[in-house]
Amino acid sequence: MSVLVLAEKDGNQLKPSTYQAVTAASAWQLPIDLLVYGDNLDAMAAEARQLAGVRRVLLAQAGHFQHPLVEDVLELVLGIANQYTHVLSAHSVFGKSVIPGIAARLDIAPITDVIEIRTPSTYVRPSYAGNILSTIENLEPVQIITVRATAFRACSRDGEAELVTIDAPAVRGTSKWIGEQLTHSERPELNSARVVIAGGRSLGEEFNNLLDPIAERLDAAIGATRACVDAGFAANELQVGQTGTIIAPELYIAVGISGAMQHLAGIKDSKIIVAINHDPDAPIFKHADYGLVADLFTVLPELNTALQQH
Amino acid sequence: MKVLVAVKHTIDHNVKPNIHPDTGLVDIAQVKKAINPFDEISLEEAVRLKERGQVNEIVAVAIGGAEAKDSLRHAYALGVDRALLIETDTPLQPLAVAKLLKAIVTREQPGLIFLGKQAVGEDYGQTGQMLAALLGVGVATFASAIQLKDGQVEVTREVDRGTQTLSLQLPAVVTADLRLNEPRFIKLPNLMMAKKKPIETLVASELNVDLAPRFRVVSASEPQQKPGAIQLANVQELVAKLRQVEVLQ
Ligand SMILES: Cc1cc2nc3c(=O)[nH]c(=O)nc-3n(C[C@H](O)[C@H](O)[C@H](O)COP(=O)(O)OP(=O)(O)OC[C@H]3O[C@@H](n4cnc5c(N)ncnc54)[C@H](O)[C@@H]3O)c2cc1C
Repeated sequence: MSVLVLAEKDGNQLKPSTYQAVTAASAWQLPIDLLVYGDNLDAMAAEARQLAGVRRVLLAQAGHFQHPLVEDVLELVLGIANQYTHVLSAHSVFGKSVIPGIAARLDIAPITDVIEIRTPSTYVRPSYAGNILSTIENLEPVQIITVRATAFRACSRDGEAELVTIDAPAVRGTSKWIGEQLTHSERPELNSARVVIAGGRSLGEEFNNLLDPIAERLDAAIGATRACVDAGFAANELQVGQTGTIIAPELYIAVGISGAMQHLAGIKDSKIIVAINHDPDAPIFKHADYGLVADLFTVLPELNTALQQH
Repeated sequence: MKVLVAVKHTIDHNVKPNIHPDTGLVDIAQVKKAINPFDEISLEEAVRLKERGQVNEIVAVAIGGAEAKDSLRHAYALGVDRALLIETDTPLQPLAVAKLLKAIVTREQPGLIFLGKQAVGEDYGQTGQMLAALLGVGVATFASAIQLKDGQVEVTREVDRGTQTLSLQLPAVVTADLRLNEPRFIKLPNLMMAKKKPIETLVASELNVDLAPRFRVVSASEPQQKPGAIQLANVQELVAKLRQVEVLQ
């Protein structure tokens, strides 16, 4: 019995969610192999073998993994899957896209977006936009799951795993990578930032002017509601919620946000939630720890100044 | 080209689910249901492709009880050409749904297959990816833009920190994200007309597919609620409080 964890990289580094996935996998107390794929893994191999609790790092290097496609990673995993009783990945965009296919080809039902593992085969996962936590007993002979990374802490970096090179199957060719439009922000990533400040549609054209200086001071990531994104005041990738990024920072500051169910689904696990809204009856206050009933256009500049004073 | 759109009749996204006191599980038998919003977006996209002359037939397929016909009528009102119900009394898990859809794809031979990126409700988010893998075709999840060209489908998808564009050979599976389009408003006459359109019905258990559940939902609970915000008088108090609880340095 052993566990296969799918790693994910960002440039020449492993994503923080890979560290969290390894912690999740350690719940089974079985040997863990970490699968790393890419076009050039020289720099990353050294990092990957440090993940505490990993027995072996499987390195699959191939030119076509420069921009990994679901179909190719699926074949790669299916090639080695018979050696594992457990397969796990973070519930990231790529993890969500590839894990169900791997499971289907093995005729196994996967359990997705797991926030708690109760060994050997019972899981807790949110459903109904985070309104319900379901406990699921998986009856399958192979356990295939994705985990919500923010629900697990990152593993430490004092491991010394063995490095093993494995072959990558030939390119499938059913799909092709054409391009990417990624924003390179100075701000930390939404899903791993310690502090997130987010604005609703009422910030309007002032969205960046009002939030940027405060985010800078707090080293915070900036988020937005769907209404704000749809109105064109914030970029798509800033959307927080059921259909955007799900976050669990130490501190979440919601500015001019009503607190719709779909938005709450993405912020519920934040440690401290602060809401700033001029409507004392805004639903967000029911889900916040601290509230400020005030006009955001006066409060945000004041907040910026107050933070400066220390 | 023919497009197949999978449609789920599910809990209305505005309705809060309740846990049944006897079973301890979510009970949606009596709640208001509607077409899954992501499937409505899929339908709208298919209709737009048809309006552009790139698609000549749209088939909507739902899996569920007779009540799922409501969502198929919604699909007719949006502009699909045919509707198909795979009837089953028991709710099915994603793997069984993917296998049933595979059987329909084999019968209908569509060039493009649309699903929502997830169905509101259980929020599993698995079916499209499973269907693609079972069919051995390409998949593009979280689509925010689609273009058909040169016998391929070019899909822009929402990924961490931005978007990615893929080109897929047909047939292919595409799962719709919220920003793919904004579904049109349905006019009453279209809805009336939809009521008269035929819905072909197949019986799930007759399609030679293993429908047995693979996992069991043993219990459900509501996440712990915060007691409600402590209201602070001004920014100074707020900053002082956040320093006191040590989330601000
Ligand atoms: C299927 C589906 C998925 C969705 N997914 C998401 C998602 O992932 N994320 C998401 O955020 N939403 C999502 N939504 C949308 C969600 O339902 C809400 O419409 C949205 O979150 C509302 O955004 P908002 O708070 O900016 O706007 P509104 O609801 O319009 O709220 C504006 C708030 O600003 C306050 N305000 C206005 N002016 C001021 C001022 N001067 N000072 C202080 N406060 C002020 C108001 O009191 C109000 O509370 C989804 C919806 C659907 C149907």
